[in-house]
Amino acid sequence: MGQAIPEVTAQTAGGRPPAVALEGVAKKFGAMVALRDISFTVAEGEFVCFLGPSGCGKTTLLRIVAGLERQNVGVVRMRGRDVSALPPSRRNYGIVFQSYALFPNLTVARNVAYGLEARRAARAQIEARVDELLELVDLRSHKLHYPAQLSGGQQQRVALARALAPSPSLLLLDEPLSALDARVRLALRQEMKALQRRLGITTVMVTHDQEEALTMADRIVVMNHGVVEQIGTPAEIYREPASLFVARFVGHMNLLEAVADDRSGWARAGSLTLRYRAPVTARPGSSLTLGIRPEAVRVGPVVHADAENRLTARVTSVQFQGASTRLGLAVVGAPVVTLECDLAATALAELDVKEGAEAPVSLPPEALRVLGAPDA
Amino acid sequence: MAIRRAGDAAAIPDRVVRQQLDTERVVRYALLVLFALFLWVFLAWPMAQMFWRSLLDNSGRFVGLANYVRYFSTPAIGVSIVNSLTVSLIAMVLTVGLAFVYAYALTRTRMPGRGAFRLVAMLPIFAPSLVSAIAFVYAFGNNGLFTRQTGINVGIYGAKGIVLAEVFYCFPHAMLILMAAFAAADARLYDAAAALGAPRRTVFLTVTLPGVKYGLMSACFVVFTLVLTDFGVPKVVGGKFSVMATEIYNQVIGQQNFTMGATVSVVLLVPALLACVVDRLVQRRQYALVSSSARPLTPGGTGLARGLLFAYCALIAACILAIYFVIFASSVVTRWPYNLTPTLKHYRFDSLGGYTALLNSVWVAALTAVVGTVITFAGAYLVEKCRTAANGVLYLFALLPVAVPGMVLGLAYIFAFNAPGSVLNRVYGTLAILVISNLIHYFTVPFLTATTTLKQMDAEFESVSASMGVAFYRTFWRVTVPIALPSIVGVSMYFFLNAMVTLSAVVFLVAPGTELAAVAVLLLDDAGETAQATGMSVLIIGIGLLARLTYWALLRGVTRRTQAWTTATREPGRGA
Repeated sequence: MGQAIPEVTAQTAGGRPPAVALEGVAKKFGAMVALRDISFTVAEGEFVCFLGPSGCGKTTLLRIVAGLERQNVGVVRMRGRDVSALPPSRRNYGIVFQSYALFPNLTVARNVAYGLEARRAARAQIEARVDELLELVDLRSHKLHYPAQLSGGQQQRVALARALAPSPSLLLLDEPLSALDARVRLALRQEMKALQRRLGITTVMVTHDQEEALTMADRIVVMNHGVVEQIGTPAEIYREPASLFVARFVGHMNLLEAVADDRSGWARAGSLTLRYRAPVTARPGSSLTLGIRPEAVRVGPVVHADAENRLTARVTSVQFQGASTRLGLAVVGAPVVTLECDLAATALAELDVKEGAEAPVSLPPEALRVLGAPDA
Repeated sequence: MAIRRAGDAAAIPDRVVRQQLDTERVVRYALLVLFALFLWVFLAWPMAQMFWRSLLDNSGRFVGLANYVRYFSTPAIGVSIVNSLTVSLIAMVLTVGLAFVYAYALTRTRMPGRGAFRLVAMLPIFAPSLVSAIAFVYAFGNNGLFTRQTGINVGIYGAKGIVLAEVFYCFPHAMLILMAAFAAADARLYDAAAALGAPRRTVFLTVTLPGVKYGLMSACFVVFTLVLTDFGVPKVVGGKFSVMATEIYNQVIGQQNFTMGATVSVVLLVPALLACVVDRLVQRRQYALVSSSARPLTPGGTGLARGLLFAYCALIAACILAIYFVIFASSVVTRWPYNLTPTLKHYRFDSLGGYTALLNSVWVAALTAVVGTVITFAGAYLVEKCRTAANGVLYLFALLPVAVPGMVLGLAYIFAFNAPGSVLNRVYGTLAILVISNLIHYFTVPFLTATTTLKQMDAEFESVSASMGVAFYRTFWRVTVPIALPSIVGVSMYFFLNAMVTLSAVVFLVAPGTELAAVAVLLLDDAGETAQATGMSVLIIGIGLLARLTYWALLRGVTRRTQAWTTATREPGRGA
């Protein structure tokens, strides 16, 4: 593939203002609040995902950054400059929509050149830049095709090349992969991420697909009902969900309704007494929601007799998922408590479980977290 | 949760953060204002003038509803309301009934000659409405061919003649709507009915009929409105049978009673507006009827049914052809039907002073086509793509013209542009006012076509362009227009053909030097120069057919040259 694009240089220099900063942005449509007091920053060269269910306001937020939608209050800054009052054409970003919005009557080359031609660049210069970008997205041989003659994935790459052509300082992606089938989506995910790394261009992507966000983003902004639920790296979001919503939305999570015990750091769920991860302290008697990821639940011989949070469970279902197998578990003596547990293929072979069998189970305290603030 | 959100909504201010005005935005708003001004000056203001005039007496004093009271209480005038509604309803039932079977035969069977049948049935669209009336007079009038031969006078002058001629005039309009409705069938429903063992009659009543019910209703409203607002036919064969459109003409031209003309116009506006609103509501449902997963129906039909339908279509087509044959034949013989010596003397148009009227018509139609296409497309684009508070109002005003009968619009223009002291007085008596009245009279259908075409395009073209710093007008020119070209060509043809044949709106507005062909047909017929009238009609039809042919050729050329991208072959297209 091609040489580096000279206009966009990878730089994450300290001391420089963030590429994008939102300060107290709010937006409503009539009486419906779409966004409420949103503030965060995106560093230069960073890949940030807005993640959330449909209707959470993530697309509206992206459109506000782009200037295509106007906020009711709040400030949008780019590299320190307040751009709130600037029309889209003067904000210097490239954008890719879910529909790609390629111009169907122009060839691939003319689509990519579209933004350059308006700038009255020299013809040879434009052609060189178009070739460079098509090389970058590996579509040089499709230069003279029309969009309708390309596959969905190819169209998406043309849209990306077109957005990058005028060398913007910011790339905005609005669910760019949702219209593609699963296999193409996986391949493009990696390709886009690699491209972003290479160009070092600050990128903001909107998605409702948590896997997409986890694999591509440097940081994820999890949104729900117009508010930011959590901002963090993919690992932080997955391991330390800040709220019940994040825990449920990102990955799979076993949830246990429990009551805080007299002993600090302990809780009761039915007949079970469990120790959860410090340092949350809850008033004795207050109700808590405890959460543990399926892959953190331990089952079978690996559970030692002296393990903490040890219990016995009956296997209620075995669901083969390829690389792992998901077991449905009902805790013996506390049938209201059900758990799901992911076992790797090797562990499963050792265990030899069947539906209806009983097995020792432990919930390691360091993986058992209190989700959502306990009511004080 | 909901309560908390509602509280928050109050805490967020209603205003949005303003963006700086750049040239692009200024251009956009300026164009929108121009478009609004156009609709105001040439539609809203004249109509308002007419409403106002219906409340004044002839010396300009305000008399409230006195004119309306007089209209409804004077039997000689008031009868026109009942007459209008009666002939409109009868013509509607006959036309839609006949067109229903015809359209069914053309879409749901594979009988031979479907293309030819369709073409023949389209003929009346190319002629002014009064042409079919003239043909009926030729055949059944007091000195008509049929009357002479058989000695039976069917009494063509009056309701009978109006209904007959209107059925011919409206037939293609009903047929096109019904054909579209029949074509949009879902084969899966028929498969299901067959699998359940439903007899054919049951299938027709439970699948076919419900499937086209909205098309049927739409055809009814369109025909009803066409007949109600038509002026040419009742003028020629109405005799003493007064309908509202001719009543307006009589009041204005015959008696110089402008206020009564305005009063009848306002009353005529009511049923026309009503039919139009209901039609809009019905059409909106039609779209929802066919799901995107529907499978098109392959027409079948057995031998006997097909034979009967073929005979039916042949009969109808023969009738239509006969009418146009009479028109053509009468114009090229010395004196039809007594002296059949061929001659072209009727084409000299002595009493008109030659071809001025026809040339005016072509010129006006061409201007209407060009200017109309530009205004409707630009207007639809502005209303569709820039969101302002005024857009809803603009959209409503753009829909209004279809409900305004031509006579009413023409009279409104007299009030607005023939008033002493009006700035726009200058356009009165020029070709410009004829073009403008055509633009407004036929505004709605092209505007809706343009809106639909624009809605089918990706909504983010403008966003993408803005992000790259490309002005919206550049994208409009380079992307929107090329994609919409087939629709643009279609719209300009619609304007051209209608401007060629329209009579009702322009009959009040022509002046010495700005005569039009369709008006000439009326005047020649009035003056007893019937052969010259049919000669002029033949030329109008000829030009219409020629334009249609050009349209097909253009469309094929346009499709091949600019729509290359729609062919999803893997062959690389030519570089731009």
